[in-house]
Amino acid sequence: MTILLFGITKDIVGSPTLSVPTSSVTGRKIPKTVKELKQFLGETYPELNKLSSLAIAVNNSYAEDDQLINAYDEIALIPPVSGG
Amino acid sequence: MANRYIRQTSLPDFGEKSQKKLANTKVLVVGLGGLGLPVVQYLNAMGVGTLGLIDHDIVDIHNLQRQVLYSELDVGHSKLDTVLEKLALQNSNTVLEPYDTFLTKENVLKIIGDYDLVVDATDNFSTRYLINDACVILEKPFIYGALHGFEGHVSVFNYQNGPTYRCLYPEMPSKFEVPNCDENGVLGVVPGIIGTLQALEAVKVITRLGEILSGKLLIFDGLAQNYLKIDIKARPENKNIKTLQDSYDASFCEQILSITASDFQKLRTSNESFLLVDVRTEAEFLQNHLEEAHNVPMNSSEIPNEILSKNQPLYMICQSGIRSKKAVLNWQKKYPNHTFYTILGGMNRLMTLAS
Repeated sequence: MTILLFGITKDIVGSPTLSVPTSSVTGRKIPKTVKELKQFLGETYPELNKLSSLAIAVNNSYAEDDQLINAYDEIALIPPVSGG
Repeated sequence: MANRYIRQTSLPDFGEKSQKKLANTKVLVVGLGGLGLPVVQYLNAMGVGTLGLIDHDIVDIHNLQRQVLYSELDVGHSKLDTVLEKLALQNSNTVLEPYDTFLTKENVLKIIGDYDLVVDATDNFSTRYLINDACVILEKPFIYGALHGFEGHVSVFNYQNGPTYRCLYPEMPSKFEVPNCDENGVLGVVPGIIGTLQALEAVKVITRLGEILSGKLLIFDGLAQNYLKIDIKARPENKNIKTLQDSYDASFCEQILSITASDFQKLRTSNESFLLVDVRTEAEFLQNHLEEAHNVPMNSSEIPNEILSKNQPLYMICQSGIRSKKAVLNWQKKYPNHTFYTILGGMNRLMTLAS
């Protein structure tokens, strides 16, 4: 599953995209919902946990925490930005 | 004059009818920086009847890289006065309403109440949430634009039944979560693109032209030259705001006291006792400073006892008001028994008062 990164999430990860495995060889739990995805990413990149308002889009729509996700979904992390 | 707008009125989908709508509309633009300048220049050029302009900043040399209406000659002058002068020359028909202030909880409802549409061209979360909540209370749509590095956001919020800023980001991020332009940087041309898109959406909302960017967030990625549109749904609880919040400070536990430069100037000529602390570097301090100022640079580990022991309120000053705010945050943690103020706009603002 490929995730597009915007704003400060791009700076935190250090790349415009991020790949999340969809089958586990390491025994790590594969995220099945938006909430699980946030937890999964937060374990790898603890800085992401600091973001209190992080919008996540699944297939170009704003997604709630309980939304199911699969390997074919297009996912984007959209943190708030403040510059002007 | 009749032919002034012919290049747009001759567009069949626009026409004289839309031109009249522009002329009869009052638009408030909050912030005359990277986003606000293209907005006011285009709306003024295209014939919006009344433009409200809010800013309380001074043109700084670091602004020129992206705030392209300002010239080197404008450095040190008020942004508001500079913009007023240039817009009046650009289109003498527009009614220009200046507000030489920052938008606050106290003035926001009164100011926005007079307008049909608001453009959020600010550079901080506090004002963005304040604009959102005031617009929801007063049932006004607003055009949102914001930047981060090479990226930008645009959307139309609170338009008819559409979503608000809080439907996208329910709670204000804390101060240290997401950096602003000063800390993070922004490529000069990006605010020009985002501000121009905001101006376009403003015209579309006024004239009901095309597909208005309501219920969608447009994300522009300048490096990939990509535009991504995300659908956002309105959440009823966010449309149901009836009063402003008690505080729009990014972090409640870090409230700090502030004083405007002109009030500080009055304080200087009064009989009240106070201490002035200049938090700039020693080199900056040596170049110019107020005669009563003590220099305690930002990175100092403590405030000398000879200052603290006088037990008077401490007024912090820097060049533009950013470092002095941070200094107040730092020092009031270390010295909770002393009273600290930050001087808004810093030396830049004081200089304009003196001249």
